[in-house]
Amino acid sequence: MAQTFEQSFALHVPSSSENLAMIRSFVGEIAQRADLSDDESLLLEVAVDEACANVIEHAYHHDATQQVTVRAILDDETIRFHVVDHGKGFDPAIVEPKDPRELVKERASGGLGMGLIRRIMDEVVYHIVPGEKNELQMVKRRRPRK
Amino acid sequence: MADGFRIYEEKRDSVVVLRLEGFLDAHTAASFENAIQKKVEEGETCLAVDGSKLNYISSAGLGVFMSFIEELRDKNGDIRIGGLIPKVRQVFEILGFTEILQLFNTVDEAVESFQSER
Repeated sequence: MAQTFEQSFALHVPSSSENLAMIRSFVGEIAQRADLSDDESLLLEVAVDEACANVIEHAYHHDATQQVTVRAILDDETIRFHVVDHGKGFDPAIVEPKDPRELVKERASGGLGMGLIRRIMDEVVYHIVPGEKNELQMVKRRRPRK
Repeated sequence: MADGFRIYEEKRDSVVVLRLEGFLDAHTAASFENAIQKKVEEGETCLAVDGSKLNYISSAGLGVFMSFIEELRDKNGDIRIGGLIPKVRQVFEILGFTEILQLFNTVDEAVESFQSER
């Protein structure tokens, strides 16, 4: 039976939107290790960026004394990203993503992030441990490169 | 600067061209929103965005486009995009923005589309 080799990486950054670029660089490095194309890498960067931007805005209200943690786990079959915070829990799964056409009519500027994450990733799960931590787990299955 | 975002502006007849460079995310979207808001307040209604130097966009950037579409179309104008590189264009495609916004291969084509309607 073939053994699966798992590698794990973590990044901790202050909860400020200026650190989204650093988070994307981290994701880009992971994508490179997974031998993903530039297009695939950018989509992973978008998904993790969206998750972290939600934490920075909604869980920590831009309080840069708080920390956002991004954990990446790479194995033969999947790339997993876990975004962890200790702020106000907000389960994005209960919010039904709206059709962007409806949002255009409402002249809204938000409401697209979770829809993007769900379209990019293969699995999205949210765990809340009340008073302890919130963790958004996103899984992308690896496909053999042609 | 790896995470920078810049906006350059020019006017071609009645069309305002906004050339975006760099990374449009939750940190930089406010400057893009302010640039469009300023143009709208100046009475401009036809905006062509040059996306050929845009390296990244997240939902915060898409949201800026989304929030001005109706207002500009109500005034017989629009916001149109030209020249997006494929990896950025795919983000627009994933959410169906290619059906909502008019996308062109180049910003020149976006500008001409306005001029041909005048």
